[in-house]
Amino acid sequence: MSAYLIKRLLQIIPTLVGITFVTFLIIQLAPGNPALVKLQMAGEGGEMADSAYTRQIIDQTRKLYGLDKPLPIQYLLWVKRVMTFDFGTSYKDHRPVLDKIAERLPITLQINIISIFLVYLIAIPFGIYSATHPESFWDRLLTLGFFFLYSLPSFWVAVLLIMFLGGGDFWDVFPVYGVSSIGAETWPWWAWLPDRLWHLVLPVACLTYGGLAYLSRLARAELLEVIREDYVRTARSKGLSERVVIFKHALRNGLLPIVTLLAFLLPAMFGGSVIIESIFSIPGMGQLGFEAVLSRDYPVIMAITTISALLTLIGLLLSDILYALLDPRIKLE
Amino acid sequence: MRQTAAEVMNVTDASQTDSRQSPGAIPPPSYRTMVWHHFRKNRLAVAGLWATVALVAVALLAPLLANDRPLVARLDGRWSLPLLAPAAAEANRDWHDLRRPGGFPWQTGFGRGGDFALWPPVPFSPTEYDLLQSLSPPTRIHWFGTDDRGRDVLSRMIHGARISLSVGFVAVGLALMIGICSGALAGYFGGWVDQVISRVIEIILTIPTFFLIIAIIAFLPPSIYNIMAVIGLTGWTGVARFVRAEFLKLKQVDFVMASRALGASHGRIIFLHMLPNAMAPVLVSAVFGIAGAILTESSLSFLGFGVPPPTPSWGDILSQSRDYIEFAWWLTSFPGLAIFLSITAYNLVGEGLRDAMDPKLFQ
Repeated sequence: MSAYLIKRLLQIIPTLVGITFVTFLIIQLAPGNPALVKLQMAGEGGEMADSAYTRQIIDQTRKLYGLDKPLPIQYLLWVKRVMTFDFGTSYKDHRPVLDKIAERLPITLQINIISIFLVYLIAIPFGIYSATHPESFWDRLLTLGFFFLYSLPSFWVAVLLIMFLGGGDFWDVFPVYGVSSIGAETWPWWAWLPDRLWHLVLPVACLTYGGLAYLSRLARAELLEVIREDYVRTARSKGLSERVVIFKHALRNGLLPIVTLLAFLLPAMFGGSVIIESIFSIPGMGQLGFEAVLSRDYPVIMAITTISALLTLIGLLLSDILYALLDPRIKLE
Repeated sequence: MRQTAAEVMNVTDASQTDSRQSPGAIPPPSYRTMVWHHFRKNRLAVAGLWATVALVAVALLAPLLANDRPLVARLDGRWSLPLLAPAAAEANRDWHDLRRPGGFPWQTGFGRGGDFALWPPVPFSPTEYDLLQSLSPPTRIHWFGTDDRGRDVLSRMIHGARISLSVGFVAVGLALMIGICSGALAGYFGGWVDQVISRVIEIILTIPTFFLIIAIIAFLPPSIYNIMAVIGLTGWTGVARFVRAEFLKLKQVDFVMASRALGASHGRIIFLHMLPNAMAPVLVSAVFGIAGAILTESSLSFLGFGVPPPTPSWGDILSQSRDYIEFAWWLTSFPGLAIFLSITAYNLVGEGLRDAMDPKLFQ
């Protein structure tokens, strides 16, 4: 176990280096990179360089990332920034980037944790049902229903929900703007909480439904495999009730891979947050990233990319370790 | 499903015994035949396949289906095909005099002196605007309504199919090339090559892909080629992992050992002997990949990072609809439905192929 742990931890180092490298490549695309500026001026007839704002951004970016220095120095400067978590200040309001992210992160986490929790809560029971009743009418119907949900683009669903349930010419059931009513901060918690939840219904629904298909199918497949194993047959043949066989014997092994899937959900969820938060005007990380991209606020873009990559890496690591703890057969090849 | 599996087993068993008993009889069905046999039994997958074929046809024939030039015209006693003629020909005569309001084929116009114009089913180009007709709900003339500049939504959707499909195909083609090569190298050589490629895959997995795509697109000048390239460059990890796993399995198989013993080069073994045997999972992930790329492209267009205007795309129409979300249901419903149906079609084909190729069915 400790050998596995050490080996897995050592594998992080090249990945970390790789992350700094990929993010460094993105900086190289930023205007201010002398070569690229020349290229764009040639390509677009100097259109980029004309506006004073662009010029200012170019100057700031060049100074921030040392883009006039030779490439290896630039890279070392970037690695130093990542290691010290020094992502500079936002171009927009000159506040430290980390402060802005710390401000926005809780809301995104709140939405995503509720949504992941709901995905697991809904998908796993359905997956278990499908696995214990394979090829039955309900199994097929559930699979098909989740499949169509999975193919529905979330931004379309969001717009449809806003159109039909959020006021306008149709019904007005749910609020479609922000996460709280105006002035809700001063309300007592028993008034604040229902208001917050009421605001979260539509965005959370949009983030949740797409994950159902994947997770319930996975639960079904894993459980079906486990049910065929000898030890489950043994449990059945010694006269245990079906309930005990499934929920006590089969489920423990069958749901192992699903626990570890959590880490993989994280980056996908963040991608979803960018779209959903900007549609519902939710002041979270996703909206921050989206606005940063729109206004070319490079320090914020770089910080979000790097930090979410690091968080995902930690998630991957935790899930691997968790898996090894739960399943002692795992060894690194 | 189980029945079909049993049937195929019977088919193969029967044909095998046949060929053993009488040489020269029907040979056992090939892998491809068996996959097709399974696939055809899956009605939803077949429907998906038809839908994808129809979609490709719409994209290819877009100028014939929606255009502001007649398909065939007769002006001053001379027949012409205005569709093929360059814009200069348009200066001579305005065909729009010969366009009557009304659905297909009633919009066919007859003028004086035997002048005549047969219009495409949707007689509007995707960029032709008419501010007097802006934000009109579906009518007899504009079947899917118009947008805020009075452009015909159906025409924009027909031409938008070209964007969605070309982004899908090119991005997935790129992802396949990178994924197949890296996966094959990792699986075949193992050792440090495998370590390096697996690390690279892990790195790409850790970076939030969708945000990375928007960030890169924001850094680059707007163009459809950048979108294709970025989706392709970030989307190859799945293919690489499948190919790697297949190659790890195939490496131990006798025919690979045999060709190595015969002194075949690595390139020959990888591309001629092993790759054809690893194509099944690649094909499945390519089909799913097209669905994913269509979704990503429409999300990008929806957020305003898509193809630059005035090129029509489904996501772009949807993003316009947000400004008129209180009432303009046609701007929301139709393009969204197009995205949903095309993603569903590709996903259905992918699922059907995966089920049909499931080796458990052949045992």
